[in-house]
Amino acid sequence: MKIHVDVVSAEGEIYSGSASMVFVAAELGEVGIAPRHAPLLTRMRPGQVRVQQEGQDEVTFFVSGGVLEVQPHLVTVLADTVERAADIDEAEAEKAKKRAEEAMSEAHDRVDMARAQAELAEAAARLSIVQKLRSGH
Amino acid sequence: MAGAKEVKGKIKSVENTQKITKAMEMVAASKMRKAQERVEAARPYAEKIRRTIGHLSEANPDFEHPFMVEREVNRVGMIVISTDRGLCGGLNINLFRQVLAEMRHWEERNVPVELVVIGRKAASFFRRLTDIKAEVVDLGDRPHIDDLIGTIKVMLDDYREGNADRLFLMGNRFVNTMTQKPESQQLLPVQPADDNDLPDHWDYIYEPEPAELLEDILVRYVEAQVYQGVVENVACEMAARMVAMKSASDNAGDIIDDLQLEYNKQRQAAITQELSEIVAGAAAVS
Repeated sequence: MKIHVDVVSAEGEIYSGSASMVFVAAELGEVGIAPRHAPLLTRMRPGQVRVQQEGQDEVTFFVSGGVLEVQPHLVTVLADTVERAADIDEAEAEKAKKRAEEAMSEAHDRVDMARAQAELAEAAARLSIVQKLRSGH
Repeated sequence: MAGAKEVKGKIKSVENTQKITKAMEMVAASKMRKAQERVEAARPYAEKIRRTIGHLSEANPDFEHPFMVEREVNRVGMIVISTDRGLCGGLNINLFRQVLAEMRHWEERNVPVELVVIGRKAASFFRRLTDIKAEVVDLGDRPHIDDLIGTIKVMLDDYREGNADRLFLMGNRFVNTMTQKPESQQLLPVQPADDNDLPDHWDYIYEPEPAELLEDILVRYVEAQVYQGVVENVACEMAARMVAMKSASDNAGDIIDDLQLEYNKQRQAAITQELSEIVAGAAAVS
């Protein structure tokens, strides 16, 4: 019996293949998943993901958290690339807001929608003229 | 020969410009390939997380997260992805035009639009037009998801608090090297994918509660979508810059040809004049 394992992070696929057993640091402790495991959905803690294949060396990855989904024939590890915590996320959000506010206070020359559209139209016209000149050459 | 010397100088300066645009073209070409690889690399995560959401909505159809429920649209949120730098043709302009069209579409229905921007170009353009809720700039050629989390969270919080009833992502789609298309994608509410290869009656073992887990997954899903939009926009930026710089180099070549012709003419004129002076001088002496 084999189970298919996908370990992915937002920035890339880390591992995809079959295994006889997978060990993951789940929120309530380390779990070992064999084929035909009951469907399970759990958060992961920062730790190791170990994939065992028969007759081959164990493959190990480090994840900084994420979500683990288990289906009878399928294990999906949705790994985070960064450590997540509510307060860290909150601080990041505050920073993003602050950046916008600071930038807004520096902008004195506010324009209305119509003016912005006119500016865009002008820029687009300039571009198309350049293109025409180019093709005519 | 004074005129010819001047022309020579012009040729030299255009040649220098051409060297720069050629270099930029080559740099953009190699960065584009790398950016495309990153777009490919981001795809599996988005697919897998979509699959998990599909499973989840099937396993537990009674439970609905606010991120998955359609509600009446009173306010709209938009995340606009632009580049940090210019010299990439009409890439940003085309996108902003579409964003403005969408904004007008909603505002005609008396639905206020809230903006969050990624990239310096969008920040400086929309700042003059409306209030920006949050921004992130200077992501570089290799954006990371941790730089985006805060900005996305601002929008998600707004959605949770009812300050936005629908959330869109606006960015450029990479069609091919010559074509990049501005595109609007609905992020929230999430429409789960149908996956019918599962048995009818089953449910997960949840650790911890399903509500918390679903929250985690949906936030990551949105982040993954935005991340993918950002890396795709980098690929678009590089492709657009490559094309723009290539045509700049070609134009510089044309100008050099014209100037070279001008130079030859002037040189010829100078020689002719000298000859006729010598001949006339010789005639006068003899």
